[in-house]
Amino acid sequence: MSEKPSLFELALTFNQIAVASFGGGLSAWSREVIVAERKWMEDEEFLSAVTMCRILPGANQVNLAVFVGVKFRGIPGALAAVFGLTLVPVLIVLALSYFYFQYHEVPAVAGILKGAAAAAVALTLSMVFKTGRKCLVSLVPVLLFLAIFLMNGLVRWPLLACLSLLAPLAIAWAWPKEKTP
Amino acid sequence: MNVKTLIQVFLLFSSLSILSIGGGNTVLPEMHRKAVGGYHWLTDKQFADVFAISQAAPGPSILIVTMIGYKAAGIPGAILGTFAMMLPAGMLVYLVSRIWERAKHSPARKAIEKGFAPLTVGLILASAWIMSKAADHDWRAYLLTAACTAIFCTTKINPLFVVSAAGLIGWLGWV
Repeated sequence: MSEKPSLFELALTFNQIAVASFGGGLSAWSREVIVAERKWMEDEEFLSAVTMCRILPGANQVNLAVFVGVKFRGIPGALAAVFGLTLVPVLIVLALSYFYFQYHEVPAVAGILKGAAAAAVALTLSMVFKTGRKCLVSLVPVLLFLAIFLMNGLVRWPLLACLSLLAPLAIAWAWPKEKTP
Repeated sequence: MNVKTLIQVFLLFSSLSILSIGGGNTVLPEMHRKAVGGYHWLTDKQFADVFAISQAAPGPSILIVTMIGYKAAGIPGAILGTFAMMLPAGMLVYLVSRIWERAKHSPARKAIEKGFAPLTVGLILASAWIMSKAADHDWRAYLLTAACTAIFCTTKINPLFVVSAAGLIGWLGWV
């Protein structure tokens, strides 16, 4: 990354992420655009920000927009990123609300969304492969990865319960080793 | 415009914002209790419908708030509700990210970044799993997912093109 993105670039980038995610998969789209395309962050920094934004209250993706916006441009950056993320979706939802409460039905888009959702799941899976290849390189991280998938995905434990068990283990494993004198 | 309703919208969603630990959807039961049972802004059926519509729309998952705010107090209610749902949580993220930026070279930050990476990848896999469960996918949708995953992992085709093509396949009724 050569220089900090401008406020306009922040808004435009998060708008791009929001609009692209019409089938879902906002996290994967965020990585695709912020890490792979614009190279604003490294994978490791991005991934830890994603989980921190999940722990904190609020919608994960709004939180991530605040986080990235603040990192580059402080409070104005956060406002620009959130504005970019929400403007078009809010307009779409307003139009849908109007149709729904006026005519009690929604324009038939179910088929399109079903296909797009299948691809959004695929994009999310490809994010697992692309980021996993870099960090799942030894036994401990692979075990951490499997354990949280099992707890949160299959058994459906709440996020905070999973993390309060596994985060201390992960941090203890990752703590920088002191060099022996 | 009803100022009292606007104030109620603002107070309800800003308090839900700060309670929504783990994501916007964790406060849905409380949102339902207040908006349907307490204020009677919308019926049970309407709440279920606007939830489904807001999930299908692009963007962050909390936009159900926009629709409830719209029903309660028109466009001002929609905008105020959306704003209220983001502001308190956003301020907290701001504080945390400032601390995070200041801790750039601390061992704690290094350990969290390195240690959280495998956990996050596991959580992302869990959300892919939950997404495909929620969309009630059959074998054709799984096949489409497998094909798209292969494309995303092995080619540099713009993902938007692939998602749009998959949308077209869905529109044609093939999945």
